[in-house]
Amino acid sequence: MLNYIFRRILYAIPILIGVNLITFALFFVVNTPDDMARMQLGIKYVTPEAIEKWKMERGYNKSLFINLEKDGFDKLTDTIFFEKSITMFVFNFGKADDGRDITQEIKSRMLPSLAIALPVFVLGLMVYISIALLMVFFRTTYIDFWGVVICVGVMSISSLFYIIAGQFLISKLWHLVPISGYEGGVDAGKFLLLPVVIGIVASAGANIRWYRTIFLEEMNKEYVRTARAKGLSERLVLFKHVLKNAMIPILTGAVVVVPLLFLGSLLVESFFGIPGLGSYTIDAINSQDFAIVRAMVFLGSVLYIIGLVLTDISYTIVDPRIRIL
Amino acid sequence: MRRFCLGIVLTALLLSACGGHNWNSPYPAADSGKNILYSVFSERPKHLDPVQSYSSNEIQFTAQIYEPPLQYHYLKRPFELIPLTVRKLPVVKYFDRAGKLLPNDVDADQIDYSVYDISIKPGILFQPHPAFAKNESGNGMYHDLSAQALATIFKLTDFPQTATRELIAEDYIYQIKRLAHPKLHSPIYELMADYIVGLRDYAKVLSQAQQIQPDQQTYLDLREYALEGVELIDRYTYRITIKGKYPQFIYWLAMPFFAPIPWEADVFYSQPELIRKNITLDWYPVGTGPYMLTENDPNLRMILEKNPHFHKEFYPTEGMPGDEDNGLLIDAGKELPFIDKIVFTREKESIPRWNKFLQGYYDATGIGSDSFDQAVQMAGQGEATVTEEMAAQGIRLETTVAVSTYYIGFNMLDPVVGGSNERQRESARKLRQAISIAVDYEEFISIFANGRGLPAQGPIAPGIEGYRDGNEGINPVVYEWVNEQPQRKSIDIAKKLLAEAGYPNGIDRKTGAPLILHFDVTARSSEDRSKLDWMRKQFQKLNIQLIVRSTDYNRFQDKIRKGNAQIFEWGWNADYPDPENFLFLLYGPQRKVGNNGENAANYDNKEYNQLFEQMKDLEKGARRQKIIDRMLMILRQDAPWLWGYHPKDYGLYHSWYQNVKPNRISNNNLKYFKIDANFREKQRLAWNEPILWPMGLILMLLIISFMPVINTFYRRERSTAIRRELSK
Repeated sequence: MLNYIFRRILYAIPILIGVNLITFALFFVVNTPDDMARMQLGIKYVTPEAIEKWKMERGYNKSLFINLEKDGFDKLTDTIFFEKSITMFVFNFGKADDGRDITQEIKSRMLPSLAIALPVFVLGLMVYISIALLMVFFRTTYIDFWGVVICVGVMSISSLFYIIAGQFLISKLWHLVPISGYEGGVDAGKFLLLPVVIGIVASAGANIRWYRTIFLEEMNKEYVRTARAKGLSERLVLFKHVLKNAMIPILTGAVVVVPLLFLGSLLVESFFGIPGLGSYTIDAINSQDFAIVRAMVFLGSVLYIIGLVLTDISYTIVDPRIRIL
Repeated sequence: MRRFCLGIVLTALLLSACGGHNWNSPYPAADSGKNILYSVFSERPKHLDPVQSYSSNEIQFTAQIYEPPLQYHYLKRPFELIPLTVRKLPVVKYFDRAGKLLPNDVDADQIDYSVYDISIKPGILFQPHPAFAKNESGNGMYHDLSAQALATIFKLTDFPQTATRELIAEDYIYQIKRLAHPKLHSPIYELMADYIVGLRDYAKVLSQAQQIQPDQQTYLDLREYALEGVELIDRYTYRITIKGKYPQFIYWLAMPFFAPIPWEADVFYSQPELIRKNITLDWYPVGTGPYMLTENDPNLRMILEKNPHFHKEFYPTEGMPGDEDNGLLIDAGKELPFIDKIVFTREKESIPRWNKFLQGYYDATGIGSDSFDQAVQMAGQGEATVTEEMAAQGIRLETTVAVSTYYIGFNMLDPVVGGSNERQRESARKLRQAISIAVDYEEFISIFANGRGLPAQGPIAPGIEGYRDGNEGINPVVYEWVNEQPQRKSIDIAKKLLAEAGYPNGIDRKTGAPLILHFDVTARSSEDRSKLDWMRKQFQKLNIQLIVRSTDYNRFQDKIRKGNAQIFEWGWNADYPDPENFLFLLYGPQRKVGNNGENAANYDNKEYNQLFEQMKDLEKGARRQKIIDRMLMILRQDAPWLWGYHPKDYGLYHSWYQNVKPNRISNNNLKYFKIDANFREKQRLAWNEPILWPMGLILMLLIISFMPVINTFYRRERSTAIRRELSK
């Protein structure tokens, strides 16, 4: 197992370099360091001297990938790409263009993101699996049929609609919870209730249908017939045997997103005023802050790789026949 | 089932425990009825250091915390400068090269330098701050902290000790020196370096000093380096020396760029460990103003609280005619500020912002286009008022014309719209005039700005010296004065001008090809497509084909800088209420191409340039007005811009929000505002009573719809497999 994890970490390095390279290239195709300087220095009275000074202080006055003015290895190392990338591998994200420490910002914003994403994930998983199992229980009946119709309906509507409708009905019309805002600690509850419910409802259609398909696939397996033949009730067959055997596809979809929960949701955070990492990324893109964009993409890649490793490890827990070497 | 019922009872009990406080209130119950103003911001401020902050979303905070020497009178119009921390307005003195004092009415070209002596009031104190705390030996308690000492410090309020000290002239000098600090990027450094004697050299001195400084030393003590043009006279007086004559300099003295910074704060915030923790002067301001920033979480909220050391300042006792009737002088002579605390909540989306305003959780709001019809209606004379729905809630509308202008510029370096020889230039001028008539800005304002704008007759915004109302203020190229109001000339006149320009009916007389023009705009959302379609239609009136070249803002700026755009749209917000701040946008030496100035149209008219040079140095008066009139006439004839419109700001205010006279020039207005917190609380309770029956109904419907499912489930569970198979 340790060998496997070590190997995966080694595999991750070229992936992260590649992701970093692509992010870097895409960002600088659209924005030049001069554009970034102008964005930071404002619209009025920006002189070429001020732009040069800004670039020099932040190391953006160098070549992007290859510095032809240097010799030997310095050709590659004395570049913006190398200097901005190397520190990230030790999780030193440096400073944003406004001078704020990015690592500190990420730390402070991670919790609000998690406060929404985690309940949506955990409660959502429970609700989706339960309803999917129920639909499988009633397969070929009108309950299953109308369940699928409702799921298709729910998944056809944009999540923005759920947000606006939820805010309108629950907060504006019925005055039950605040429309938007956030507080830490115990007070967070009243602010999180609506976004969490909306988060679960908005993704319900697609997820329930997905889990229903997985369970239906399992229902045709021989062990299900055997269980029934033993005289087990349908409830036990479903919730004990089918659920357990369907864990591999469930984990494949679910565990991989667990680390990504830290990154938050762009839309929900924006509409509900949650100060999480989703809104941090969007703000950085709008203000062309490459340091933050690069850090967030890098962090996303790292978390995704961790998610994949965790998925593999979780397989061994739910299915003892699987060994990772 | 028993557990379910218990759950419902517990939830109901929990909710009823919130009695006296609305369930949907985003604020803590303990704050109910307190003298707190609730405001909103959509974009996080980048800088709160007064040497750097410039945007309106930054100045709304810094202007309440920092106090420059001067401020604008809150009620008087046109804008009038009055003392803030100074004893009286500084009187400028002019000197020739030999150092001889010159009379005030002397010609500008005889003046070698100007001197401003500024005397501040004694006894003004800074807000409480850890930078001022001293240890037993009299040194700064927190000026040299180790990483270990800062282990439990994560924000400024974590420091146990704070102190204050008196504001002195040296603090103002320190800030002027900071304009040239090599690590700071003051947006006005280049501008000020042209005027403040020795500032450019001072920047070089500081740069060299920083280079020889040891790496670990992050503080550069500006007190050790003298700046030639800024001199300390005594504890409360300092002198600024300006090259030549620059009458607009006094307006800069009312902006936070010239607010005081205590050296203790600079030492304190220069500590690397604090910087690493994002505790910097750029984030935690230190001022003498009516408010101090006590919570700074720009992702969520920013809180200003009353500065306990704020010096005595009183509400103005006189204003404009009508101010008394509008209740703006009820608090005349009372001590400021009225509000204890201001909570700015970050609200990125307009829908929640609008709904929270209607629920009484924000005290004021702007009006988005999506809520405009719900909020505003036009009365008989085109006067905007609130709708009946808003009036029933006691909401009122305040409007003001912004000191801004939105225009469409012609690149004068372009051969078609600018011309490259005398004949072409004359032809291009007629083409621009024709387009000026054809593009109907009255229609634009009505359709796209919900009537919130005033068609511009020139670059100068209303309320600024040089702007004229009525017949004498209209642009005679585009308008006629009919029935006591300007009326846009007919499209036939525009077509005639177009033909004279060499494009009869939009066809190039020389080549026979249709006239095609290019309009450069920044990348557009789908909402803006209709604006561009409208613009195409305006040009089609003259049979001119308009091709829109949409790009992102960076590329757009690049095109303007290099002079590659043909027709473009832009805008300008005035820094101070002087015509110079508008007219310089068309001053030849300010052109973008080659000079990297602010003249995006690259307009360069010799007579206009000469008049501008005269006008900028003149004091207010008839002579200056005459020159401005002539300058405007030149501009109107040359039409380097489609003059566009001056936007009107519409703001909605709840009835408990008082003493509001909006404007965009003076920013330190929060100290004048007043709220009736008890009335607000009563209204909030009445407007936000929870409505529970829909939830009960939904719950009941869910139970009813799940009943057959549960029944079937249990029936199936009880049935045997064989029977089930048989029943199929």
